[in-house]
Amino acid sequence: MSAPILSLRNLRVDFPAVHGWRALLTPRDKRHVRAIDDVSIDIMPGETLAIVGESGSGKTTLARAVNGLVPLVAGEVWFDGMALHDRPDWHSVRQRVAMMFQDPVGSLSPRKTVRDLVLEPFAIHGSKPARPEDKAVALLAAAGLGSDFLNRYPHQLSGGQARRVGVARALALTPALVLADEPTAGLDVSVQGEILNLLNRIKADHGLTTLIITHNLNILRHIADRIAVMYLGRIVEIGPVERLLSAPTHPYTRALMAANPEPDPTARRERLVLKGETPALTARPAGCEFHPRCPVARPDCATRVPVLAPSPNGGAVSCHYPLTEDIDQS
Amino acid sequence: MTDTLSVERLSVHYDTREGVLRALREVSLAVPAGQIVGVVGESGCGKSTLINALLQLLPENARIADGAIRLNGEDLVGASSRRLRDLRGREISVVFQDPMTSLNPVLSIGRQMRDIQYRDPVSRAEKNRRSAAMLARVGIPDPVAKLDVYAHELSGGMRQRVAIAMAALMKPKVLIADEPTTALDATLEVQIIELLQDLQREIGCSILFISHHLGVIAELCHRVVVMYAGEAVEEGPVEEVFLRPAHPYTARLIECDPGRLKQKVAQLPSIAGSLPDLTNPPTGCIFRARCDHATAACAQKPPRVELDNGHWAACHHAREVQI
Repeated sequence: MSAPILSLRNLRVDFPAVHGWRALLTPRDKRHVRAIDDVSIDIMPGETLAIVGESGSGKTTLARAVNGLVPLVAGEVWFDGMALHDRPDWHSVRQRVAMMFQDPVGSLSPRKTVRDLVLEPFAIHGSKPARPEDKAVALLAAAGLGSDFLNRYPHQLSGGQARRVGVARALALTPALVLADEPTAGLDVSVQGEILNLLNRIKADHGLTTLIITHNLNILRHIADRIAVMYLGRIVEIGPVERLLSAPTHPYTRALMAANPEPDPTARRERLVLKGETPALTARPAGCEFHPRCPVARPDCATRVPVLAPSPNGGAVSCHYPLTEDIDQS
Repeated sequence: MTDTLSVERLSVHYDTREGVLRALREVSLAVPAGQIVGVVGESGCGKSTLINALLQLLPENARIADGAIRLNGEDLVGASSRRLRDLRGREISVVFQDPMTSLNPVLSIGRQMRDIQYRDPVSRAEKNRRSAAMLARVGIPDPVAKLDVYAHELSGGMRQRVAIAMAALMKPKVLIADEPTTALDATLEVQIIELLQDLQREIGCSILFISHHLGVIAELCHRVVVMYAGEAVEEGPVEEVFLRPAHPYTARLIECDPGRLKQKVAQLPSIAGSLPDLTNPPTGCIFRARCDHATAACAQKPPRVELDNGHWAACHHAREVQI
């Protein structure tokens, strides 16, 4: 087995919870909220890992921490032999680690044309292509846009077209790793298929490794090799996509999968409805952090902290009493 | 069966710099008493314009070119603004997509809920009691204390529950829900859907539920209207429309939802092409340019083909479409 291309070791990210002089009056342990706590993941070359979770679970922060956009408090990030936690030369790292941001239109400068936008990575990294015009046309073509888009501005693009420009920009420097934050957010169902097909094709053509952040559970099966489920900044379950979708072992994963309404009026699947909402990061429950909402919690879940351990479905799960039966195929 | 709300051949135009944009063209739909009717469509199909027209809250550059909107038989088009103020909130109310921007950030929840009851000749204490009872009904813990909090002190799911409580407070005849779960997480979405179902049964109101999420519509609604580029293209009972779609657009839309694919596929389906320019809509069928079934006949305006159980589709080939 080859070495992982990206390796996260016990990653931790804190955000300040109080600002200014008030911080001095706050007990040390209350000054920060822990957005990412003790996350370890290995991604193999060519693999696609999808990170799923609800708002506030730390998915986006994780991607930003990998790319150095938020500072790490503890832990290590290794990318292809480079230590990204130890003051790397971000300029050169980001030539090989590209990011696709969540908001397709908002991540494009409104005052630049599509031509300038797709050539911007070359300008930033001082590697002007020999024939910029041809390069821009080729990049757009790879993203499924014609050369008639070169002179357009972002406001003249639809959501799907802007997303394609984002893909072209991310691929401009032929990166080894792409961090895609919600690649289908804000897209209509009829367009989302095109974008996912595009990503799948590019992955196959270039042997690209991708980390996809999403809350769209319907697309997981079609884009990911493995899934990591996050809750309150921790990974609660990770495993191969088919097994995780058909036999999730963490009650949270199961509830998340079952919460997904299907476009079939005759399907009436048994549903685990969770009580309440995700607790605030400032008020993490003791023991298993999921126990107040967990439908199968037992008394000791409130006191004993679970750790990620191998699960019956071939992945790893952080639960004292993992579920074993498959989801009913209705 | 009488229709609580009916829209008859409604056309709404926007005056823009590029010319007249025909955002809604002869849209007809009916919301029968005590039923949940879904409106599904993608961006640009006119969902928001439809809601604004129903509430008579269209922007200044919009005008209702033709048609009628009947609430219990009374036409809202051309009704006086005083009469509309009487109806809004009491007879017809709405839950908006984003609960942060639909609640007033500088007034407490209790004050906003009292404001909704301003016409009722009861004491302030009684209004507060009713508000708290409704908050408790939608599942908000400690409802009396919550009357004093502001929107920013509540989480997203709680805010949407408050918005639903406000919409249901006056027991309206019609509740319009404009993508009420889009801003929420999957596990909360389920809670909100179940809440709307329960409230509908209790109050006996009709709900017009707008969404682009086919799964939510399939789960919640009795009937569904499919919109495309400013036209209603198909309408019928949910089971009929989802299992036997008769308009090619509906069929393609359902095919595109990756939620129905239980096996991994190499190519996810999508609909090629883009929406037509509504300042100059094509003659004949609006979906013609993107349709696999299109023939020469489609250059003519498609007829409304009636199928079983109040199911119809505006398509020349309605009886040939299969999923």
